[in-house]
Amino acid sequence: MGRIVLDQVSKSFGDVEVIPPLNLTIEDGEFAVFVGPSGCGKSTLLRMIAGLEELTSGSIAIDDQDVTAVPPSKRGLAMVFQSYALYPHMTVRKNIGFPLRMEKMPQAEIDKRVEAAALSLNLTDYLDRKPGQLSGGQRQRVAIGRAIVRDPSAFLFDEPLSNLDAALRVGMRLEISEMHERMKTTMIYVTHDQVEAMTMANKIVVLQAGVIEQIGSPLDLYHKPQNVFVAGFIGSPKMNIFSGPEAEKFGAHTIGIRPEHTDVSMTSGTWIGRVGVAEHLGSDTFIHVHDTGLAGMITVRITGDVSVKHGDTIYLTPQAEQIHKFDAAGMRIE
Amino acid sequence: MAIVAQSSKVSRYGRPVLAWGVGLLFFFPIFWMVLTSFKTDADAVKPEHLIFFTPTLENYLNMTENYDYWRFARNSVITAVSATIFTLFVSIPAAYAMAFNPSRHTKDVLMWMLSTKMLPAAAVLYPMIFLAKGIGLYDTHILVITVLSLINLPIAVWMLFTYFKEIPKDIIEAGKMDGVNTWGEIKEILIPLAWGGIASTALLVFIFCWNEAYWTVRLTTIDAATLSKLIEGNRAPEGLFFGRLSAVSTAAVGPIVVLGWFCQKQLVQGLTFGAVK
Repeated sequence: MGRIVLDQVSKSFGDVEVIPPLNLTIEDGEFAVFVGPSGCGKSTLLRMIAGLEELTSGSIAIDDQDVTAVPPSKRGLAMVFQSYALYPHMTVRKNIGFPLRMEKMPQAEIDKRVEAAALSLNLTDYLDRKPGQLSGGQRQRVAIGRAIVRDPSAFLFDEPLSNLDAALRVGMRLEISEMHERMKTTMIYVTHDQVEAMTMANKIVVLQAGVIEQIGSPLDLYHKPQNVFVAGFIGSPKMNIFSGPEAEKFGAHTIGIRPEHTDVSMTSGTWIGRVGVAEHLGSDTFIHVHDTGLAGMITVRITGDVSVKHGDTIYLTPQAEQIHKFDAAGMRIE
Repeated sequence: MAIVAQSSKVSRYGRPVLAWGVGLLFFFPIFWMVLTSFKTDADAVKPEHLIFFTPTLENYLNMTENYDYWRFARNSVITAVSATIFTLFVSIPAAYAMAFNPSRHTKDVLMWMLSTKMLPAAAVLYPMIFLAKGIGLYDTHILVITVLSLINLPIAVWMLFTYFKEIPKDIIEAGKMDGVNTWGEIKEILIPLAWGGIASTALLVFIFCWNEAYWTVRLTTIDAATLSKLIEGNRAPEGLFFGRLSAVSTAAVGPIVVLGWFCQKQLVQGLTFGAVK
């Protein structure tokens, strides 16, 4: 079990309030992702759940037990750090078995669990090496192994993939998702990468300056961003957002249209502009359009490869039903 | 180009020459002391026997037979080893707390500790002697060990603090998440990771304790007297017993010089702590 409830939790460092009081519930078995720009308080929030950071006010309950004053070692949570935080003086076997040894589990049982964890993480051949002799990806696996042997009530991940190269990151992302499918244990995952959030989460918590901007499933956030910040943060390439007379035509202060929801024509359309850079990815083409009079630059995404050149005149037509409208305060208008 | 060649020439020949020069300068008193220890007291003061003389072991035999060198040596070992252990026992937890759970006042506490080293020892000499006599600890091992520990604690805490600071906080936090209590963090994670630093600190503290003279000479008479006291006891006016004094001094610093020789690497690391990462 691992239902985590944050009640009016806040955090200040000295006079600086980094997290104003917030409420949040993470249900048992959920994969929750805290996402936001750096400095938004997402790691602090995770560390408060872990017990590594004291609360300024409020309370945290795990499975209806108030753990606010419980030290991290007694909360039954496992954490994977961005830096891996392996014990450099211990072999992989000792690293993975360490939490079990601390629980005073019999050695035979420890060996069995370590072997099983190593097998599932492809680490069997490396059990007798020290962390210094492993690659980044392998170290990350050891860190995950050390977390799973304990059978915790929830896993906490603090930007676990940001030190890995891009290809490895995609692979590990999948592995962690599969691990969640298999184990059905609550996971809380902190990242600044909205792609990780979208692909892994079943609940995304978008944070900015310590404030929860929106909580929802990935597709909720994609289709119905509650405000301009979420609209701009979720989705790649970014949503085109602009205010002015063109937005007022749609009865809004600000409107947003995703790059993939704009039709392109070389002959006619709602808006006219000039092609800046066209990025050809093969499966898609991103065209950055200038001089539309709407915003500095409008990005459109076209499936497949199209041949447009720098300086070409191009016509854009937004798909009316896909336009997101926001009021003067930046909140969504339905 | 020429400048580069010139400067590399200087660094190739100039620096070693300078280093050897400074090294010999520092080594000369020790060399002279060892040399003198093999001279008779009469030869020791004669300029014509400065280098050429008939070596004798008389001073050394005299020392073990008449002054009970081994008792002083045993006291030095007991007090220096115990004081080193006690110092580490207190300073490791202290430095751990300050390195990993700093408060707003941690820096102030560290500075305050260091400031105690600025206090002239003479200022507290008489209070210390009266106190020691008053509680009946004068000339005991306990007293010497306590005083040696107290005067070395600040430097030990400072050194260990610097070493512990270099251990990533994440590793300690991972330990917390893995169910380790505070003692476990120190025993399982901190000590193995900072082993080199702890060894350097221990070595340095041990040397300081061994060489300490101000307090050991004044707080002991016979029972707890260390080698420093033996040297002091052989001091005579007008340089009458230079040979004997040199033998005693050589025998007193000998063990520590040998130890230092074998642990050069740790010592250099210890003395330059914080300077290089």
